Amino acid sequence: MYRWGGCSKLAELTYIGTSPPRPDGPAKASGLSQYADDVAVAGLWFGETVRSPVAHGRLRSVGWRRAAPPGAVLVTAADLPGPNGVQLIDDGWPILAEGTVEHVGQAVALVAAPSRRAAVLAAAEVEVDIEELPPVFDLSEARRQPSLYELELGLGDPEAVLDQAETVVEGEYRTGHQEHIYIECQGMTARWHPSGPRVEVSGSMQCPYYVHKSMVHAFGLPEEAVRVRADAIGGGFGGKEDYPSLIAIHAALLARAVERPVRIVYDRQQDIIGTTKRHPATMRYRSAVDAEGRLLALDVLVELDGGAFTTLSKVVLSRALLHAAGPYRCPEVRVRGRVLRTHTAPNGAFRGFGAPQVAFGIERHMDAIGRRLGIDPLTLRQRNALVPGDRLPTGQIVDESTSALACLESVARRTDFVTRWTEYQAAQTETNGTPQRGLGLSLYFHGAGFTGNGERRMNSPASARLTPEGRIAVLSAMTDMGQGAVIVFRQIAGEAAGVTFDDLEFPEPDTNEVPNSGPTVASRTTMIVGQLVARAVREVSAQVADWWGEQQPAASPYTVKDGRVVGQDGRSTPFAAVARSYLEVHDALEVTVRHQPAPGPVFDETTYQGPAYPTYAWGADIAEVEVDPDTLAVRPLRMAVAAEVGRAIHPRLCIGQIEGGTLQAVGWGLLEEIKLDQGRYLNDRLATYIIPTAMDAPDLDVELLEAAFPDGPFGAKGIGELPMDGGAPAVVAAIENATGLVVDEIPATPERLFAAQMRERSDD
Amino acid sequence: MTDHPTLAFEVNGEARECNASPEMRLLDCLRYDFGLTGSKEGCGEGECGACTVLLDGQPVLSCLVPVGQCAGRRVETVEAIAEKDPELVERMTETGGIQCGACTPGIVVTLYSLRQANPEASREEIRRALAGNLCRCTGYEGIFRALEDGHG
Ligand code: FES
Ligand code: FES
Repeated sequence: MYRWGGCSKLAELTYIGTSPPRPDGPAKASGLSQYADDVAVAGLWFGETVRSPVAHGRLRSVGWRRAAPPGAVLVTAADLPGPNGVQLIDDGWPILAEGTVEHVGQAVALVAAPSRRAAVLAAAEVEVDIEELPPVFDLSEARRQPSLYELELGLGDPEAVLDQAETVVEGEYRTGHQEHIYIECQGMTARWHPSGPRVEVSGSMQCPYYVHKSMVHAFGLPEEAVRVRADAIGGGFGGKEDYPSLIAIHAALLARAVERPVRIVYDRQQDIIGTTKRHPATMRYRSAVDAEGRLLALDVLVELDGGAFTTLSKVVLSRALLHAAGPYRCPEVRVRGRVLRTHTAPNGAFRGFGAPQVAFGIERHMDAIGRRLGIDPLTLRQRNALVPGDRLPTGQIVDESTSALACLESVARRTDFVTRWTEYQAAQTETNGTPQRGLGLSLYFHGAGFTGNGERRMNSPASARLTPEGRIAVLSAMTDMGQGAVIVFRQIAGEAAGVTFDDLEFPEPDTNEVPNSGPTVASRTTMIVGQLVARAVREVSAQVADWWGEQQPAASPYTVKDGRVVGQDGRSTPFAAVARSYLEVHDALEVTVRHQPAPGPVFDETTYQGPAYPTYAWGADIAEVEVDPDTLAVRPLRMAVAAEVGRAIHPRLCIGQIEGGTLQAVGWGLLEEIKLDQGRYLNDRLATYIIPTAMDAPDLDVELLEAAFPDGPFGAKGIGELPMDGGAPAVVAAIENATGLVVDEIPATPERLFAAQMRERSDD
Repeated sequence: MTDHPTLAFEVNGEARECNASPEMRLLDCLRYDFGLTGSKEGCGEGECGACTVLLDGQPVLSCLVPVGQCAGRRVETVEAIAEKDPELVERMTETGGIQCGACTPGIVVTLYSLRQANPEASREEIRRALAGNLCRCTGYEGIFRALEDGHG
């Protein structure tokens, strides 16, 4: 079930707030969409990756075990034409292992052969000689090594308050790895044209220009010699933000070596072993509270396991710290964090980008405060929730659209929360063998768009231009990995330009065709690039209308509405016809606009003070679970979710983002776990890495709330990551309400619940 | 290359032949020999359902079926099923049952088969039918709605 909170305050519009069918739906449902491994390419060869079997060691040699299999080609670090690093924030992530190996599954060599099977057989013929070195897995050991990155932010002097306070609550909370499990594994095809030189890659990726940048860096080519295109994308969730750069370079290295197109497609096992994951986190919270549970001071330490290389860990840590105090008012805050280095696969971007980890930390900590003081979870959060005008630990004053209380009200109303939570709590001790039920609440917020001055620095462009047919082509590098940018951008452009969907064209993301409007990440596509699209098409449409007015001054000025150019006399002409006339006398019409940061204070990246995000989206979850008293198996029954999204451009898809993200969060909270033994994966298959099925999924009841964000297109905020923040703490709190078992580490598997039960019994 | 006996079977209403090893997976035969790339590989071991096709009208996981098992039988893939049931395609599109689309072909085949057997399936029955089809994007709600919204 879903519902929509409505938008009485917001103006009625033609397309915004409606839910037209996504244009790629029928092709996807008919199996006709072309994903990375579906595109037919003549003369295609196949690439395989030879990986390190050990977590840490000196790479003594790599080569064919016997003679090279006929036709097969081997590429190692010695064959690299340029620096051995994938250019992301820095280039510390090796393209192929050189000198040492730093994690199980690290790419050591590549082979190409004329068929898939021949490539697999050839990869088995490669011998890797490694002298093992002692690895670091444990965070307590990793702490003794230099961190990959450290950061601190805060406000006031929490230590002084904590020293004096009557009530100090402390807790440690832990979250584990999460694998993206996009259903389409990573895949990339590269073509190398010897004359030129020119390399083309296409495949499954969120960010064509990230891949472009890393290819330029790795091959030392001029920018125009590299072309990157995105195929249909079978899910991303951040997993196709960083990693596609590596696999694209791999495919291109092989294509260059064999002078033929080469495709690398991972099977699921390779995808789990080799690719980036969500950073595991350990979080220590210490807070001082008054008798009513109001936060007086908060001291937080966040440690992320970065894995072997940095990838995007710096920005993940920064987002984590900026969200670590949660959507709560607290006058004195210190948040410190570091990324530790271990001999495991590098961790990287995953929906939420550090925020889900700390949302688990702060929400569990709020529950610990409530437990200590005997205050129910709703009342405690209502007392502490941010309201417009409050200050974040960065000093940023939160805006008028701060909706924490409205979100709490929405979920509490729909579940009759306090009454039923109290009843369930009272029933905890009546374990007569029947399943126990419980309710759990979480409140969360998510900074929309890039952190800090990311947008200011990128200064991203998007363009609109008239086509010879009289349509407006909208040019951006944004990809649709399922979230629905394909239709949302049509709605925004149609609304802004006053034209119909038939008057619009959206060229595929191709670095030869579209400008670098930045990556499809950080919930920025609709809010940031959508606004650029709106401005660009509005300008094109206005210029066409103004020119028409000059030709027909009697009925001037003209406006564009419903795909027609309308004069003051009410007479109108189709926009496409006017646009074609315009092009008869003008060569072209193309408008490029760039992101304009809102006026006002600027975020200071050295002190971490100022507006870290242009705005925040808000959410609250209430989960209801059932726990089997014998097996301690947890079944999530239903969830009420409230999400304040600015304005929902396409309510159906917006709800789809909330529903899908909520289930990913529930999976992370209850089921999903990467088990490692000496850095080797114990569960590298879908049979053993379990994600929620249709049988495990709770019924989801989502309510969208709207509070327009003036700088987003028609009021929209970025919301893609928001729903990842609330599910895990809500289900774990519900387990506590059902059983009395306090679990501060996820996933909350039956084994962990059992351990909690044992601890509790021994405490008694 | 060894010569394999020719296998003859019906795919989407047409007689097809293939000379691959009988152990070849039906999924690979469909995708790489016949160019029917609608069936997807999400796991290759029977866990995700993205490769679901109908064999003699019953849903099977084509990554687990050796093509030798199909001799003389009838295979239907999502490409044909979507044509047979345009209403299902439309509903999936409209209710939010499709996001990235990687799971969608398998889900369309499973739901088609459920609708044939039980046009008024309850949510519990839909859940059970979909138990072998993983979707990472939608949280399944949009997919449930594709069948439920049509109920009177
Ligand atoms: S590919 Fe066949 S079930 Fe996953
Ligand atoms: S729509 Fe992406 S996996 Fe289902």
